[in-house]
Amino acid sequence: MSTQILMPALSPTMEEGKLAKWLVKEGDAVKSGDILAEIETDKATMEFEAVDEGRIGKILVPEGTEGVKVNAPIAVLVGDGEDASAPVKAKSAPAEAAPVATKAAAAPVAQAASIKLEDPSLPEGTEFVTMTVREALRDAMAEEMRRDDTIFLMGEEVAQYHGAYKVSQGLLEEFGDKRVIDTPITEQGFAGLGVGAAFNGLKPIIEFMTWNFAMQAIDQIINSAAKTRYMSGGQMHSPIVFRGPNGPAARVGAQHSQDYSSWYAHVPGLKVISPYFAADAKALLKAAIRDPNPVVFLENEIVYGRSFPVPKIDDYVLPIGKARVVKPGKDVTLVAHSICVGLILEAAEALAKEGIDAELIDLRTLRPLDTDTVIESVKKPNRIVTVEQGWPICSIGSEIASQVVEKAFDWLDAPPTKVNGKDVPMPYAANLEKLALPTVDDVVAAVKAVCYRA
Amino acid sequence: MSEPTKVVVAGVNKPGATPNSVSLKTFYSDMLLIRRFEERAGQLYGMGLIGGFCHLYIGQEAVVVGMQANVAPQDQVITAYRDHGHMLACGMDPKGVMAELTGRSTGYSKGNGGSMHMFSSEKHFFGGHGIVGAQIPLGTGLAFADKYRNTGGVTLTYLGDGAANQGQVYESFNMAELWKLPVVYIIENNQYAMGTSVDRSSAQPQFFKRGASFNIPGEEVDGMDVEAVHAAGRKAIEYCRSGNGPMILEMKTYRYRGHSMSDPAKYRTREEVQTVREKRDPIEHLGQKLVSRGIATEDELKAIDKDIRLVVNTAAEFAIESPEPDLSELFTDVVA
Ligand SMILES: Cc1ncc(C[n+]2csc(CCOP(=O)(O)OP(=O)(O)O)c2C)c(N)n1
Ligand SMILES: [Mg+2]
Repeated sequence: MSTQILMPALSPTMEEGKLAKWLVKEGDAVKSGDILAEIETDKATMEFEAVDEGRIGKILVPEGTEGVKVNAPIAVLVGDGEDASAPVKAKSAPAEAAPVATKAAAAPVAQAASIKLEDPSLPEGTEFVTMTVREALRDAMAEEMRRDDTIFLMGEEVAQYHGAYKVSQGLLEEFGDKRVIDTPITEQGFAGLGVGAAFNGLKPIIEFMTWNFAMQAIDQIINSAAKTRYMSGGQMHSPIVFRGPNGPAARVGAQHSQDYSSWYAHVPGLKVISPYFAADAKALLKAAIRDPNPVVFLENEIVYGRSFPVPKIDDYVLPIGKARVVKPGKDVTLVAHSICVGLILEAAEALAKEGIDAELIDLRTLRPLDTDTVIESVKKPNRIVTVEQGWPICSIGSEIASQVVEKAFDWLDAPPTKVNGKDVPMPYAANLEKLALPTVDDVVAAVKAVCYRA
Repeated sequence: MSEPTKVVVAGVNKPGATPNSVSLKTFYSDMLLIRRFEERAGQLYGMGLIGGFCHLYIGQEAVVVGMQANVAPQDQVITAYRDHGHMLACGMDPKGVMAELTGRSTGYSKGNGGSMHMFSSEKHFFGGHGIVGAQIPLGTGLAFADKYRNTGGVTLTYLGDGAANQGQVYESFNMAELWKLPVVYIIENNQYAMGTSVDRSSAQPQFFKRGASFNIPGEEVDGMDVEAVHAAGRKAIEYCRSGNGPMILEMKTYRYRGHSMSDPAKYRTREEVQTVREKRDPIEHLGQKLVSRGIATEDELKAIDKDIRLVVNTAAEFAIESPEPDLSELFTDVVA
């Protein structure tokens, strides 16, 4: 009896990987727990262990092969026949299972090429380099840490492990363990410690492994960081950045899939930034580190791996509080931030095919919210749709709708409309998770409704 | 696929005070069920049938099997996200657990929860919690309710070495001792919290001493030896049930796999893992004892493994063949 060994999925977002190295050869006997191969995923090099006993009959994919699809047969295991329990055969895996699980991760990198970075502050002829959002964030921290030695980075797994999502790659090596510090799992403790250190002359960057875990620390962020300048009559303040991935990733369930945009945007005394493009991630993280206020910096796990052009200039910093018109258009204003900017870009392409020309706004900062740019925009097409993954009640979209109604009521030809994540905790099942998140189709439907098109 | 001849559902045969030969064999098959279940879960993850985070319990089987063998029907259990073993040891059906892992309507949470968030009110299993440390006050509250309602129940609250550094642990310890709550805190010290070893995270790495300033007694236990775990658990549960307040057990154990399926595990050497596997494996260890004491033959152990593989295969096939939840279920169970 022989079984196929299949290319494994080794992370929630992996679709294919490189078969870096075989650690067994044809004819070798293997038992459960033996390392068969090293596989490079989208995040790391992983060891792939045998589950069943047997002998390696044939190696189907030679080492060094890139782009091996998850579930492709990579070797044949020959059993010794004594084991009645056939492993789950390859055929019983529904072919669509893996793509369903990882669909959210499919990065529309190609689309990025067509985006122009219309930053008027950039000098004529500026060169661009393509980098991932992950690298842009790392570079922002490294550049600022080189400039100012009161800046330190603290959080779970930020130093030796280089961040759970590999954002702090190389920082320990460059800055040492005085400035890049692994903490115990004590969010409230190290967030509060960071605020105290900021009161006393330092500029902490506090990484939350994800913002879900910052709920353990939200009291220190709001009661201690956001309010102290006011409560002390301006004597004391905390120049601190709280950063980490926000919002749903892929299949990680209700407690790990939450968008905190509107939670923090609600709080006076904070600044809240949530970029999409790598250039903005870099320039705004640098601005956040220099800002004298506590800044909540909301990243996105799925966006970390997307690549975009970043201007090749020495010290690229952008002002906090400015939205950007990513694409002008005349029929409808679409507003988003973070990963949903990618979604409205996709939706705009779909809408263009139906003859609808959308203007796209990337908010970039959520507090202070750049309502001027939104209001200016909506005065042209006279209709607006907001798109975000957060829950609909008291969302960023709710705030924008309220501002638009207050400040541009006479210009509106249709009710401001929101597309949000569904009003439920995030389900785990692949089909329900897909249903819970906003899709291109949802955006297209909302746009058609405000344009009164069938 | 036909049902296996022997019933292999963990945690059903409760050993008495001193485990006899029958119950030692039960320990063996209960631990092996967890091992084989987890191996298969890892495989299904590799095939993309399980998504998100999936934390395997391989290596730690003796802890939960030894502890759960002591519980009475009125007792409660709660743990974190590394929970598959706990559910099996509570007697939950491997089919329902596996189906939840694959996000199917037949899973324990009907596909809403996944690996980290599973529950069974029937088996008094209160989850399955994804936020490190959150289950400790919850477990303390379960014990509060048992004392309040005079049920005689004791709560087993499991936590990791990493979780032991969360502030809410100490808030819980204080209340539990202050109000003499019947709760056993079982610290599963597998030496790592993700990539951080205990000595890099803990000023006091002897976790059984962490209750000292609250006057909570603690004991260090070889968590790779199911008999030692069983004996320590029996004493601790008796202590709590008699109204003495909480107790802490620190289980010295080890996880063989990465933290979750996506952990490259560069923070420890392959040799370190191999050494524990070869020298301290709880299942191998008990298997050898069973044979040397004449309780079972090698062939009997092989037969147990064969039965268990059948159970696990049945669970996997059930999980794969079950339908996904109906789309109309998205809004079910948000509020009553
Ligand atoms: C509040 C919180 N912070 C961080 C995390 C991310 N995280 C998940 S598991 C884990 C390590 C926990 O280690 P330990 O308590 O030793 O349990 P083990 O994984 O070893 O079973 C971390 C940091 C989380 N889920 N919740
Ligand atoms: Mg641990």
